[in-house]
Order: sequence, then C-alpha cells, then structure tokens
Amino acid sequence: MSLNSELVTINFGPQHPSMHGVFRLRVTLDGETIVDLEPVFGYLHRGTEKLAEERTYVQIVTLTDRLDYVASMSNNLAYVSAVEKLCNIEVPKRASYIRVIVAELQRIASHLMATGFLLNDLGAFGTPLMYCFREREKILDLFEILCGARITLSYMRPGGIFQDTPQEFWNNLELFLESMPNQIDELESLITGNEIVLSRTRDVGILTPEQVIDASLSGPMLRASSVKWDLRKANPYEIYDEIDFDVPIGATGDTFDRYLIRIKEMRESLKIITQCINLIKPGPVRNEDVPLIIRAPEGEAYVGIEGPKGELGFYLVSDGGISPYRCKIRAPSFINLTLLKEMTAGGKIGDLIVNFGSIDIVLGEVDR
Amino acid sequence: MISFNTLNLFLVDLLSFLPDKLVFTISGLIMSVAICTFLIGLGSVYTWFERRVIARFQNRSGPNRWGPFGILQPIADAVKLLIKEDIIPATADKMVFIAAPIIFLCTTLLVYAFLPLGIDSQLGNINVALLFVLGITSVNALSVFMAGWASRNKYATLGAIRAVAMLISYEVPMAISLMGIVMVSQSLSLVGIVSAQSNIPFIILQPLGAITFMIAAIAEMSRAPFDMIESESELIGGYITEYAGMKFAVFQLSEFLAPIFTASLFTVLFLGGSNPLKFLEFLPIPGILWFASKSFVITAILLWFRSTWPRLRIDQIMGFAWKVLMPAAILNTLLVGLELVFIRDNYILQIIINMLIFVVFIYLIANILGQKRLKLKEPVPSELANMDA
Amino acid sequence: MYGLGLIKGLGITLKNILFLQRRNTTQYPDRKASIIDLAKLDNKNFISYAFTNPMKTLKSMMGMIVISDKVDQHPRFRGEEFSWYEERCTGCASCAKFCPLGIIKIVTDQTGKNYAEGQNYDIETFDIDIGRCMFCGLCVEACPYDALHMGSGFEEGQYKRNDLVIDVERLKKAEKKPSHWFRPQLEQKDDYSPFDEEIAWDKVGRHQKPSKKDLKNKWIRK
Repeated sequence: MSLNSELVTINFGPQHPSMHGVFRLRVTLDGETIVDLEPVFGYLHRGTEKLAEERTYVQIVTLTDRLDYVASMSNNLAYVSAVEKLCNIEVPKRASYIRVIVAELQRIASHLMATGFLLNDLGAFGTPLMYCFREREKILDLFEILCGARITLSYMRPGGIFQDTPQEFWNNLELFLESMPNQIDELESLITGNEIVLSRTRDVGILTPEQVIDASLSGPMLRASSVKWDLRKANPYEIYDEIDFDVPIGATGDTFDRYLIRIKEMRESLKIITQCINLIKPGPVRNEDVPLIIRAPEGEAYVGIEGPKGELGFYLVSDGGISPYRCKIRAPSFINLTLLKEMTAGGKIGDLIVNFGSIDIVLGEVDR
Repeated sequence: MISFNTLNLFLVDLLSFLPDKLVFTISGLIMSVAICTFLIGLGSVYTWFERRVIARFQNRSGPNRWGPFGILQPIADAVKLLIKEDIIPATADKMVFIAAPIIFLCTTLLVYAFLPLGIDSQLGNINVALLFVLGITSVNALSVFMAGWASRNKYATLGAIRAVAMLISYEVPMAISLMGIVMVSQSLSLVGIVSAQSNIPFIILQPLGAITFMIAAIAEMSRAPFDMIESESELIGGYITEYAGMKFAVFQLSEFLAPIFTASLFTVLFLGGSNPLKFLEFLPIPGILWFASKSFVITAILLWFRSTWPRLRIDQIMGFAWKVLMPAAILNTLLVGLELVFIRDNYILQIIINMLIFVVFIYLIANILGQKRLKLKEPVPSELANMDA
Repeated sequence: MYGLGLIKGLGITLKNILFLQRRNTTQYPDRKASIIDLAKLDNKNFISYAFTNPMKTLKSMMGMIVISDKVDQHPRFRGEEFSWYEERCTGCASCAKFCPLGIIKIVTDQTGKNYAEGQNYDIETFDIDIGRCMFCGLCVEACPYDALHMGSGFEEGQYKRNDLVIDVERLKKAEKKPSHWFRPQLEQKDDYSPFDEEIAWDKVGRHQKPSKKDLKNKWIRK
C-alpha cells in the first residue's frame, strides 16, 4: 500500500503580518517542504518612471525619495549623480563630504531596520526590533535637524546639497558617534551568540558565488557569498577614494552571513563618518550656476552607487528638453528577489520567512 | 491559623442544618467556585502584567491609559471581545467546536484542584495527585486537536496536527523527569512531595530533572521559544483560525493562565511549595505567601524568556524533545535511583555528583549534536570577482 | 555555545529593564501626571507638594490629571501649514509652476487692469490643497520674493476633505511663524525661533525685490 499525498498550494497573501509590504507569494508544498515558489508583485506600482518624464530634473528628486522609502538619501544621491554626469555639473568639495556623511548615516539606519525586522520574523516578540528602532530614531532626529523631515528627505540637488548644515547637527552627530558603538555591541551580544538564532539561520538559503554572479546580485547578498565587490572601492564616486575602510565578506553565503555583514558594515560606516568629520572644511555647498529648471544637453548617463541594499543605478536619456526622455531605475531589491526560488527550494516553511527577511527588500523599490 | 481545611470546617459548621452528603458537596462547591473565580481574575491581571513588563523590556510603556497604571485594560479587552459576533462556520462540527475552548479552560483550572497552596491548604488530598496533574495536562492536547478538526478548515487542521505532535512528544520527558522526585519522596501525592522538601528543595538536589521539567513545561504551554503554533501557523492559520468573540477570549484566557499554573506546579514540585526558606524561618509569614512569592518569581522568569528569545522551527523542536530531553530525563532517573541505593543520607555528596553530571551532560550533548557546525568560519574571497586583485 | 549565548541575551534584556530607566515613548498629546511631574512644574519637592495640595495629589494617584507632552521639533521642520506674506507676494505664480503635483492654484486679477512696472498683481484665488501636498518645499525654494514659507505646525487635520484646501483668506489670517527651511537669513537671526512668536513681513526676506538680472539667471537659462 502506498501513501497518496498531493501537493498543496497556499497563498502567502499581499496582506500578511510577517511580510515586508504588499507582496504575494504562491508556495507549493509537499508536506512541510517547499517545492515551488512564485512571487507576484506589482501591488505598489506607482509609475515612477513615467511620471519622471513629465517633471523637471529638480522635481524628480522628490519622486526618487519615495522609491526606497527606508533609505531616501541614497536614492537622492544616485539620481543627482546621474544628472551631474549628464550635464557636466561640478560639485563643491564640502558638499561631497556632507553627502558621504549623510549617505553613511542612512546606511546605518537602513541596516538597523533590516536587522530588526529579520529578528521580528524569527519570533523574538519585538525586543531586538525595539532596540534597533531606538537607535534609528536618533538618526532620524539628525535628519530632521538637517532638512525638516524624517523619511522623505529630498536633501540633495544637482550641484550639491540644498542648504548648509547648522551647528546643532554637528553637536548631535558627535553624541551619536560616541554612543553608537556600544549599542551595536549590545545588539550583537543579544543576537550573534544566541543559539536559537544560529540554528535558525546557519546553512539556510545558501547561494554559491557562481549563482550570485550569474544573477547579477549586489550588496550584502553578493558579499555574503564571499565575492569581494563593493562599488565604493571598485568604482569610487564622491570622495570615497580618500577614505580608508574595510569591506566585510561572508564565508558561506547563508542568511547568518548576510546578517553579520550588515552589522559589520554599520561599524565601517561609523569609521567613515569619523574620518569625514576630520577632513571637512568650510566652503560653499551648492553650485550657484545651476538654475532651478535645468535644460540638459542631449545624451545619456548611467551612475550606480552602493546603496544599503545593493547597487542602485539611474539611467537618464535626454533629448535636450527640461525633462528626461527616459529615466530607468535599476532597483537592487527587484534584482535580488529573482533568486528567491533557488534559495528556498527544498527547505521548510520556517526557512522561507528567514530567507525572505534576509534579502531585505523594500516594496517601493521593487514595484517603483 | 487560616487554611483551607479550617475554612472548610467553618463552612461545614455553617451548613450543618442540611443532610450530610449535601453539606460536604456544597461547601466543596463554594470553595471551588471561589478559587476558580480568583484564578480567572488572576489570569486577566496577568495579561496586564505581561504587557507592561514586556514593554519595559523594550524601553517603552505598556498600556497606561485606562485607570491608574492601566490596570483597567483587561476589562476593556474583555468588553471588546464580548461584543464581537460569535461566528460558527456553517460546515463545522457544532458540538465539538463549542466544546473545545471549554475543555481547554477546564483542564487548565483543574490543575489547581490538588495543589497545596499553603500548609494544610488544598482542595483535596488524594494519594495520586501527581498522576492526576500529568493526565490533565495531556487533555490540553486533545482540546487543541478538537479545535482544529471541528473547524473544517484544511489549514487549521494541518496546524492543529503539528501542534498536537509537539505537545504529545513533550509529555514524555515531562513525566519521566518527575520520577526522580517520586523516588525520593516516596509518594505521588503533592502534599507528600512538599513535606519531603523540608530539608532541601529538589531544585538543588536534582538540577537536571528540574531543568528538563521546566523546558518541557514551557513547550507544553507553547510559549517562546516553542511557540511555533502561533506563528508559522500564521501562514496556515493555526487551530484558532475560525474562533472569534467569546470563544477566542476563552482560548486566550487559558493561554495566559498557563504560565501561572506552570509556575505553581514547578514551585510545588521543585521549590518546596509553601515551605519557608531555611534562614528566614523565624518570620511569621503564612505558607500561602511563600507559595505566592515563589510562583511570582518563576512567572517573571518565564516572561523574561518570552521577551528575549526567538522561536525554533518545528523539526528542531521535535528533535530537541527526543534527542536531548528524553536522554536527560532517563539519565536523571538512573542517577537518582543509584544514589538512593548507595548514598541515601549524604545530601551534600548527592548535590555535588548531580551538578557535575549536569554540566558534563550539557557538554556531551552539545558536542554530539553538532556544536562544531555552529562555529564561524574565516571568510575567503572568491576568485570569480575580486576587486582587490 | 553550550547555551551561554542564550544567557548573555537574557542579561542584555535584564540590563535594559533594570538600569536603562528612560522610556523612549512620547505620549502625545498628553500623558497622566504623577506627583513628581506636578511637583516639578511647581518647583517644589514632592513631599511639600503633597502636603499643600492634597486634592490634586489624590487625583493624580488615581490617574485623573493630564499634562501635555510635546514632541521635540527642530527649526527646519517642514510643517503642514504655510506662512504667506501678502505684502511681499507679487502674484508671479512661480510656486504654482514649480510644484511637482500642481496643487497650488493662483488666479490673479481678471479684470484686465493695466499694471505699471514693479506693481504687485491683485490676487483673487490662492489655493493650496494640503490634502495632496507632499510638503517637499519646492514651492518655497522657487519663490523669488520670500513670500511663501513653510510653517511649523502639524495638527491640521479636518473632518471634511474639502476643508483641507487652504484658501487665500485662511492664508492671510494664519499665524506667521515660518520655519527655517531654505531660509538661511532666518537662521542667522538669533532672536527668531519659529515656535515662539511671529515675525513681520519686512524682517523675513533676504532682500526687498530681486533685480531683473537675478530673476533672469535664476529661472530659466537657454
């Protein structure tokens, strides 16, 4: 007598308590093991690329805020760098330093959110999440001092940043830099040695370097599979070539390595910010020759930066008018998602949630 | 001295105008109803306590709007659940559907039937009380399955099956780890166990048994880190998907009563129940206060565990039960048996041997089960794409 | 290893509940006052406060007294209200042209009157729809005369969606407390803070009127 079992298809629906936004997964199960996986997204599509064709170059900065709404400075930086490359605009030195400081702060904030939510999915009832958000609140307060808003910042303009930093910002930044290493240590001692976290995340969702390079992944997912590639060192932009920092890589390519890389990158970001504070000099922060409505010469430009989630790129095509002819956004979360099936096939349902949390996607980027 | 027995005799005196059989029945009924009401009230207060304390662990305040310090919050929750519509699915099995939460609550409350809450304070004293308690806690698993089956929902049934698998596999170490206590105290009645701890509480004498029982009890009430029932089954639903309104409130209440009764059980079995601490014996504190404070400490420790640790996966939970806890419980029984034969009266030697074996056991099990797998390796950059080269 | 990582985690949470006493919540808009808070407001120590105001002490122990809990705001905060100085506004509608969403509606005098050079237009309609506004501040950046500024308030909720459209009457009567966003001249003034008092129209700009050369260079360049 043979057992008759059939495959069950369940729908991990768009509204879900443990999902990172409106994202739908159709999972085919054989008992407890996952056989097939089909992601369905597009629930947050807002037509950013088409809207960008109707707006002038400075107005698009406000559109790019809302792509990866968790790390809005990085989006601004990528777009503004693309416009500067297209129109050959020069950026003053002080603006470059401030851009790097702010981008690294944003990287810390984004990684804190990713770590907090990974542990929330693991079931730790919100305690590590609250500790991560307590630190993120300090960073968002710093951003409020700078530009009056916490999440949708639109701080950068083609030609520099829009207004210089007040003295209050530097004072609070010093306080933040003093207290942050202790908090990261506390977070690590709560999570990294924890046997339950280790047994849930070790050897789960392993990706080999060949798979990762073939699928053109980037960011912590690439570095976790021991591929040493970081755009800040490979193609340096802004002033990253003057600063000294390490690029952490992982050993096996499982979810624990991705989590550990994010913690290490946070420490590296603190080092970068400290060096920038020592190197910065007073000066202009905005290129005064750049008008409010820019008329770009004909041509195209692509700039990719190392955002917190991977390589974020903007490809602008201009036909000589005040709006771009085409603005294509290379969203890292969208491309990192494509390997979800290979990561989870053969695993259990509990592993699916952990894998999904370790990719760290933001639906604003995936759906644009 | 106020104790349940004196209260019982007082009630019997009061009702002596009734025929004999009725008197004892009615006085017992009054005491039981009083204790049950008190326990349900305690369960509601425990929800408030848990929310406040977990919030303080997370650097925030818990509910603090209703009443001073938010003490009226459970009433607000109860009112909200009461005024919700009570839905029964059309194809569900009505009798079983309605009976499941009732059985869940009853089995949780029945544990207190024979617990000695103070000196000479128990609702009844039978000489197989421990067996009764173990049996009642296994009916919990039955009611979980009833809830899942009667819902006629594919996913609820799947969730309930996994829950039942976990619950029944943790009953085995729970029961076997108690054999050590039974052998030392020579009786299965809870009053006898408490009085056998008048010299040393059993947690010092048998640490391996105590820890095994504690872990198995946490899994039995499906709290963190074993609460996969309420989480991954989010994906599938879990056995309480189809419940709404007051039935859901009964499930939640039983779930919040569980830590309290586990703590009380642990106190009675391993911490000496209502025996005072040796060096504070001279203080005139009644036994029930000792019992309450010990249970409170254990409840707070369970709350501490819940707010700190993430949860385990289902296959890891089952592996843990059969590969770690079962050998631990059997080893404990073996040890206690051998010690009773050879060094019955030398307590200090027993304690030293037990603690040593406890540490050695953890070391061995961790290494056998693949501790080395969890060590971190040194990363080596891959040759496929290296920006340094 | 061997369960020690778990115990270290327990130690961290214990440290947070025992030693890190500061709670990170701001209970907006008001929170229940304890005796210590009330005594601090009166600058007394709480025992003497308890003796001098017994009724209030009792009430606060029952949780019946509330004090307001404000959120920390910084001067560059982009609030939900707008400060508009009609003495400075010329009706050029640069803000309306530059808004990415197109929610500012400006209709100037339709009677066909002949305006002399340097005269301000008469404004009939100046609607800002804050139901759709994303508070990006590009309109403030575009205004060449420093007539429109972002405000500092954020409690602008209304019951009907149509009430969210700010018309010119409301703009004229609103409190003029502009935030420092994109107005470096306000930051350099030591005696102005957007939370304390209003500021008059002649003190709020960089200059009175931009020169024609400035206008031409800052707007559109061929």
